[in-house]
Amino acid sequence: MRTRTFVTAALLAGAALCGSAGAAVADSPSPSASASAAGPTEAGTSFRTATPVQPGQRATAGASTGDYLYWAVPVDAGQRATMKAKVTLPKAARHGAATWQLDVYDGLRRRQACTYGAQTRAAAADAASVELSCTLRTARSWAEQSSNDPLPGTYFVRLTVTDLPQDDLGLPVHAEFEPTVAGTGGAYAVDGKLAAPLVPGAAAAGPKDGESASPEPSASASAAGKRSVAASEPEGGWSSGRWSDRWVWTAVGGVLAALAGIGGYAMTRGSGRPSRVPPNV
Amino acid sequence: MITRKRLAAGVCGLLATLAVGLLPTSAAAAGEPDAKKPSPKVELVLDVSGSMRARDIDGQSRMSAAKQAFNEVLDAVPGEVQLGIRTLGANYPGPDRQTGCKDTRQLYPVGPLDRTEAKTAVATLAPTGWTPIGPALLGAADDLKGGDATRRIVLITDGEDTCAPLDPCEVAREIAAKGIHLTVDTLGLLPDAKTRKQLSCIAEATGGTYTSVQHTSELRDRVHQLVDRAADPVVTPVATQGADQCAKAPVLKPGLYTDREKFAEHRWYRVDVRPGQELRAAASIGADRAVNNDYGVLLRASTVHGREIVRGSEAGDGRTDVISSGLRYPKAPLKNADGAAKDAPETVCLQLSHSFAAPAGVKTEPGLPVELAIDVVDGPSDASDVASFGLGRGWWFLGALVLVGLVAGLLWGWLSRWRVAVWRTN
Repeated sequence: MRTRTFVTAALLAGAALCGSAGAAVADSPSPSASASAAGPTEAGTSFRTATPVQPGQRATAGASTGDYLYWAVPVDAGQRATMKAKVTLPKAARHGAATWQLDVYDGLRRRQACTYGAQTRAAAADAASVELSCTLRTARSWAEQSSNDPLPGTYFVRLTVTDLPQDDLGLPVHAEFEPTVAGTGGAYAVDGKLAAPLVPGAAAAGPKDGESASPEPSASASAAGKRSVAASEPEGGWSSGRWSDRWVWTAVGGVLAALAGIGGYAMTRGSGRPSRVPPNV
Repeated sequence: MITRKRLAAGVCGLLATLAVGLLPTSAAAAGEPDAKKPSPKVELVLDVSGSMRARDIDGQSRMSAAKQAFNEVLDAVPGEVQLGIRTLGANYPGPDRQTGCKDTRQLYPVGPLDRTEAKTAVATLAPTGWTPIGPALLGAADDLKGGDATRRIVLITDGEDTCAPLDPCEVAREIAAKGIHLTVDTLGLLPDAKTRKQLSCIAEATGGTYTSVQHTSELRDRVHQLVDRAADPVVTPVATQGADQCAKAPVLKPGLYTDREKFAEHRWYRVDVRPGQELRAAASIGADRAVNNDYGVLLRASTVHGREIVRGSEAGDGRTDVISSGLRYPKAPLKNADGAAKDAPETVCLQLSHSFAAPAGVKTEPGLPVELAIDVVDGPSDASDVASFGLGRGWWFLGALVLVGLVAGLLWGWLSRWRVAVWRTN
């Protein structure tokens, strides 16, 4: 009888904690659920001038065929980013197929692999638009120095045409870019943490010669309100790296183990005084 | 029994409190005070050669399309931009090539913009002479001299340079190699194949863009966009010069640097990293001219004795602006050292090489542009476990804990029963 009570209690406690775990995970760095907000209307032309875009925003840019368009997206630990781009091709008669490509680089300008998505796509001469997409690996909070694993920080996205008939160079195109991130929970939570996310110019100590050389675009650029890579950080800041839903799992496990222990102990006691014990002892 | 239930509830509550208390905390970096920035400089270089008379842009002449676009752009120039206008082929109508190829003139000096004055100056222009693009670029670079701001030349032309042998593409590359952060954006009005090739070459050589213009509105939008782009604040890199061996290499502080690296050459730089700091280096090498289809870059960090610590490499093929790679090197804190030795920085040698190759007939001087970003941040971190803090996760994990708990409870129960029985017997 008592055993059943304990098991029920254990299950209830577990369910309650699991529920809170779910809620807590939803609170932790997660994609902004809002539908694509209007983002910047310009794109950068190099790593230095990349335009910051927040996940969930939709950036647009007018450009010429052959331009290299750069955006910078902050991606936090535990997030899996998907970069989507759409290029509206020039209406003028084109001379042949063109190959468009989306490349993603991390904060150290290392190229990052796409796990899926059409990163390169050829557009026929009469196509109206071409859509590209790249889903990165989940950013983890720490990785070996010699590994190329994705780490939290700024991710650079470069959109360009890699192959085209020379006659089509310079024709106007319109590009749309929309990064999204999805939280992956504690499944990818690893031990360790970077001292600072991989954001270019993270150390604000500049060279002494010439104030313009200081690697702190955050200073002047955020004041000007535009185009600053270091100013780009996730809404709500970078995560501390200490939280993962593993805490909840482990806590629930501990509680369940304790309850199971109590249950096991109770089982050995039976449901009353053992019959062989004389009543007067 | 009641006591035990209370205990269980207490444990539950404690764990829940802990879990809530461990929710993420955010650390937002505070902004720093604004530094005084020099105002960016832009020069519009307009072709006023005879061919601009052709009436084929939206039914009007190329010249009037350009004038119309200029007027609208001049109205919308951001306040902080210093703008100048230079013409080429505006004055000498004659047949003498020698004279015609020197015909470039500053129409409006680079400085704070007086819109009326600038517009009046533009209105006087009439299509006249030759197309000396090379000399015009040199002149424009000269106009933009001084200061440390970003510089941009917007070149608008409808035909190729008619003043060989001075190749405007070579001129552009040499201007870019001076390390004055100068970008040339080119716009071709209804360009033919030769013009397009030349203009895209000029743009490529300086990291600029090339646009082919078919309509007046396109011209206006693009020039406007380029002038706006000049107004955006960017970090300007510092010029440095890597050495051919580590011992002679320049010591770089955190920051952004540029250099030029020739074909089949590698360059060394040095960075001081104290124990407990992490070095982050990223390098980009630009393809500012025609290069062979396959290429790569290698950035290596090594000790002064030549032992490689870590490397970043990348390879690619096809059309590209840059190829880049990076590395990070967290230097572990020294635990068993004392005083000065504990804080003594280690000199890390950075070797940068690339495998671009120039096809025959392409000039190999000056070298390819290099951009080097160096960062040193505090505190390397190390992981003691694969999982976050060694915590577990998943249904198997829960099952295992429950099973262990149950077995422990059973054992404890049997043990205590046995103990009671033994005590009773005695």
